[in-house]
Amino acid sequence: MSTMTMGKALNSGLRTVLDNDPKTILMGQDIGKLGGVFRITDGLQKDFGSARVVDAPLGEAGIIGTAIGLALRGFRPVCEIQFDGFVFPAFDQITTMLAKMHYRSAGKLRLPITIRIPYGGGIGAVEHHSESPESYFIHTAGLKVVTPSTPADAFAMIQQSVTSDDPIIFLEPKRRYWDKGEIVEDSNDWSALHSARVVREGTDATVAAYGPMVKTSLQAADAAASEGRNVEVIDLRTLAPLDLEPVFTSVRKTGRLIVVHEAPMTLGLGAEISARVTQECFYSLEAPVLRVTGFDTPYPAARVEETYLPDLDRVLDAVDRSFDY
Amino acid sequence: MSEFEMVQLLSPTGERVHHGDYDVDFNDEEYRGLYRDLVMIRRFDAEATALQRQGELGLWAPLLGQEAAQIGAGRALAPQDMAFPTYREHGVAFCRGVDLVQVLSMFRCVDLGAWNPAEHNMHLYTIVIGDQTLHATGYAMGVAKDGAIGSASGTATMAFLGDGATSEGAVNEALVWAGVFEAPLVFFCQNNQYAISESTDHQTRVPLAGRAPGFGIPGIRVDGNDVLASYAVTKAALDRARMGEGPSFIEAFTYRMGAHTTSDDPTRYREGSEVDAWKAKDPISRYRAFLTNNGLADEDFFDQIDAEAEANAIAARTACLALPDPAPLSLFDNVYANGSPPLERQRDEFAAYLDSFADTEEAAK
Repeated sequence: MSTMTMGKALNSGLRTVLDNDPKTILMGQDIGKLGGVFRITDGLQKDFGSARVVDAPLGEAGIIGTAIGLALRGFRPVCEIQFDGFVFPAFDQITTMLAKMHYRSAGKLRLPITIRIPYGGGIGAVEHHSESPESYFIHTAGLKVVTPSTPADAFAMIQQSVTSDDPIIFLEPKRRYWDKGEIVEDSNDWSALHSARVVREGTDATVAAYGPMVKTSLQAADAAASEGRNVEVIDLRTLAPLDLEPVFTSVRKTGRLIVVHEAPMTLGLGAEISARVTQECFYSLEAPVLRVTGFDTPYPAARVEETYLPDLDRVLDAVDRSFDY
Repeated sequence: MSEFEMVQLLSPTGERVHHGDYDVDFNDEEYRGLYRDLVMIRRFDAEATALQRQGELGLWAPLLGQEAAQIGAGRALAPQDMAFPTYREHGVAFCRGVDLVQVLSMFRCVDLGAWNPAEHNMHLYTIVIGDQTLHATGYAMGVAKDGAIGSASGTATMAFLGDGATSEGAVNEALVWAGVFEAPLVFFCQNNQYAISESTDHQTRVPLAGRAPGFGIPGIRVDGNDVLASYAVTKAALDRARMGEGPSFIEAFTYRMGAHTTSDDPTRYREGSEVDAWKAKDPISRYRAFLTNNGLADEDFFDQIDAEAEANAIAARTACLALPDPAPLSLFDNVYANGSPPLERQRDEFAAYLDSFADTEEAAK
């Protein structure tokens, strides 16, 4: 057992998969000598060489497109896209090629590619460095999308993603890179990759969140407790495929659900969860499913991002509104 | 890669070099003006770096070392010409008359782009690598469709990019389009030797200027630390474009003396000796030597420019610190040109939510 940041946990997980499988290779901009702009790959090129930890030319479509080719040749590429807002030059390769190749080959081809993307806001960055593009990928059949919220999950989930035979968009909540947590490095007694988890038990209302918003939701739950409300918090962990059974179970108990994400509201994951919970738990609901999300605007200038991003107060306000029905 | 012919009008020690194809025709005042530009923008850039270090900017992308390339290119532009910058073209912005406080404001994260592009014929900064080269190409195609080329007063367009950007699909498509449609455009590529940590050999095995002919576009490499050569080569390419003779690609061979941005640590990927070697080719000391050796300026002049640059930097700092934070509800402004009722409802609901705190604060009094 050791204590480390989420960034170090990812580094440690990547080191393990490189150790375990000579066909696993890392590709991305500045991931070699520099160790990535967030230092997630720090030291890996030094230890595994520039043939396995590759400083790619500055072209995102090139990184993903050649990863597909490498995967067709039997490699297991782990690609880093430097920031959320820079993934879009690769969008065609991801959504029209990577996502569909297993399907159109009637299962003959497998593309075990992991695409790591630091995402989300809250770090005071310039434009294109704070976005939450998950819905585009969730909406694309053939892709799986996961996001850890703790160092322990980051350590486990990166290894599970790399060893999975499906293409996986691995979203890293960049503002939580420096949060610390306990990790058991020599154990693989992990939750299944595509499973949600109750991270705080409660009886009065359910808050479902993922990635950076799990911590915010837990803080809101603590604040609600001081007001006498016992809020259950669920970390979704996997966004595609969704694991909603824990949410259904929770809502049947609490009768109230609030979904929290940084991504804009319209066609965000909250919309899908709301529809499915309404269908599955209709007679248990005491209030409509409420959403606390980013607004339907471009990500704003960072000096006003605290207004844009869901925070403790907005989550609490939604819990309160849920009791108004 | 360095064997490629490089146009130079000033040696690193400031000696005037003759070139068969390129020259400048400046009077004494104009020669001194270029020096002022170089010093003003370097001093401003240092102030911006300091502001970031003091927590007053979210980020800064320093131009240190690239002053001559940018001032040469920026001063070669005619008023009617249009520039499409990356996020590091502070020297070009200065030449285009953009208030430098409006350059700082994006990096202070109070806005996403402050100046009016039409007022300065300079588009907003583009952060996603290379995307602006396609916009520049389209703009130039529009200029041609408008018939605004074919004479000495024609309009040229300039696309700025860096060495790393040449690997992006968008840039290669821009080169294809510009070549096919003979767009009145100049690609001005500052090869500052690094895309963050990756040296240029991560992007190409041939000189960048040597790639352009494959697209049907002449490629010229110029010493980007030589302001006179940068000016002369750019001016010739712009004139070619405005006369309707087609696009050009300029590789300004220079060096990013500082970090990629203030978030970067270049000691992780390059040697101090390399930086020192480029220091010896500094664009300002070389130009200052040229002015001195030719009796174009004296110590009094240099002191006077230093004082002006100092005052300008301090004024920019003061104005930057006075920039107001955006009002919370302003983030809903200008999402659509013709409005969106659902978004207006979202804004109104959020305004009511914010007001509920005001009520609480009122009640607490």
